[in-house]
Amino acid sequence: MDWMALSEAEWTAVRLSLRVATVAMLSSLPLALLTAMVLARGRFWGKSALNGLVHMPLILPPVVTGFVLLLLFGRRGPIGAFLAEHVGLVFSFRWTGAALACAVMGFPLMVRSMRLSIEAVDRKLEDAAATLGASPAWIFLTVTLPLILPGIVAGMVLSFAKAMGEFGATITFVSNIPGETQTLAVAIYTFTQVPGGDAGAMRLTIISIVLSMAALILSEILAAAAARRTVSA
Amino acid sequence: MSLEVEARHRIGNFRIDAAFRSNGGVTALFGRSGSGKTTLVNIIAGLLRPDGGRIILDGDVIADSARNIFTPVHRRRFGYVFQEARLFPHLTVRSNLVYGRWLAGAGKSASEFTKVVEMLGVGHLLDRSPSTLSGGERQRVALGRALLAAPRLLLMDEPLAALDEARKAEILPYLERLRDETRIPIVYVSHSVAEVARLAERVVVIDDGRVQASGEAAVILSRPTDTPAMARREAGALIEGLVELHDEAHKLTLVRAGECLLRVPHVAAAPGHRLRLYIAARDVMLATTRPQGISALNVLPGTIVGLSPAHEGSLDVRLDCGGNTLVARITTLSREALGLRPGTPVHAIIKTVALDY
Repeated sequence: MDWMALSEAEWTAVRLSLRVATVAMLSSLPLALLTAMVLARGRFWGKSALNGLVHMPLILPPVVTGFVLLLLFGRRGPIGAFLAEHVGLVFSFRWTGAALACAVMGFPLMVRSMRLSIEAVDRKLEDAAATLGASPAWIFLTVTLPLILPGIVAGMVLSFAKAMGEFGATITFVSNIPGETQTLAVAIYTFTQVPGGDAGAMRLTIISIVLSMAALILSEILAAAAARRTVSA
Repeated sequence: MSLEVEARHRIGNFRIDAAFRSNGGVTALFGRSGSGKTTLVNIIAGLLRPDGGRIILDGDVIADSARNIFTPVHRRRFGYVFQEARLFPHLTVRSNLVYGRWLAGAGKSASEFTKVVEMLGVGHLLDRSPSTLSGGERQRVALGRALLAAPRLLLMDEPLAALDEARKAEILPYLERLRDETRIPIVYVSHSVAEVARLAERVVVIDDGRVQASGEAAVILSRPTDTPAMARREAGALIEGLVELHDEAHKLTLVRAGECLLRVPHVAAAPGHRLRLYIAARDVMLATTRPQGISALNVLPGTIVGLSPAHEGSLDVRLDCGGNTLVARITTLSREALGLRPGTPVHAIIKTVALDY
């Protein structure tokens, strides 16, 4: 089993991927929940345009998404320059950029999962809570949120899994820098490009499959829990 | 306690323009389905903001469109029992019950909780999930949940409509206890004469979004003309009486109403308890002489007060039986055969088993 032992460089790629995926998932969570609420409940002009915009990363070639990120969040990009100057947050050729690319790519998956669970909530329950003296914020915390929690967690799992496998947008936006932006998928790609890299590619591929399967099974379990929970009473 | 409601609202082609007052007790909003009762209750609760109108409870202006006052639902403290129980599926029965209690600032009083749980008989259900309860149990928990939020007014929108007859019979006594043991004014929506007769002190008849009539339950429910909101087959009269004694051997209860003594199926109420009986016109028979050898237990002597115009071969005869108004539905053929006219002395015959709820 000697060939299964990971080299230091490979470990670095795995650790980096886990960090990038976790940060991507957590940082997109509040915005995704807000967007899902707005899409599920809101009635406003331009709703379908917002819906289309949210789904863009799902439809566009990842390279295009990466390039758009580069234009907007690169050092010379309008948003990137502003953030670098005023907040000190730099994306280009940093692991933070990889996290941003992963967050953007996973965003539509997260929003979809949350939106479906919000739409499944019986609003009559929220009316009932209001007649019992609960303010809108309290209703959200004590009724809506617990009922959509499985959908939220399922969305987070999907976003995490997507981030673990993200390749196109990441490599376009932040390139392939070992230890900084070389995530799991990018590392596998790099291995396949050098002679004798097959063993390394295989080891990382197995890790990738295990992580993805675990995420998928977890999301299935949560979806089943959600179905049980929303059985109307 | 006084409640004043005035509401104007338009939904598509349907218009609501209704106003009524109540001085406590149980006020029934009575009418056919689709007459606008639920919309009106939602306006009172604040779940629907009407185009215009006002709601005043005990001099406290809850909403007034003219003065641009609108108290949001959660600050009104109006309890609401819906047709379907609407229990929170992610909480246990206990957590459902205390949901509004804490918000009402009544969280400290444990005795109130015990009292309500005991009154509604839900003590053995506290740790269960709402999805495992029967329809009647759910509705009792919903009632308890609304009560424990310490409401200033209790709204009930056909709380029994989704239940079968047996479950209705199970809940009605709890509603009567609620009416008799708490001082919370209740607005009760229903299209069932039997329910309204049994529970309400005042009735507001709603038809097509408008108030057709309002007043004492006994007066409104015994009116000679067909109430449009009431199906013709449900016409009848309301009698108020006191429980005199129980005939345990035969499972009967004797009720005194004016000079009459009525035998009804056993009622769980102590002697001296006030009771209302709704006697449907189609359950009352008339005889010009006192019948002999008859199984019906109630034979009440009386005098004909008036006869309604015939409608498809039948008509309603109004009688005075020892101070009570009764209505009997007979055919035009019987009227001619017996020569009935105002002033004729008759005997009204009512089967005891017809007086079952």
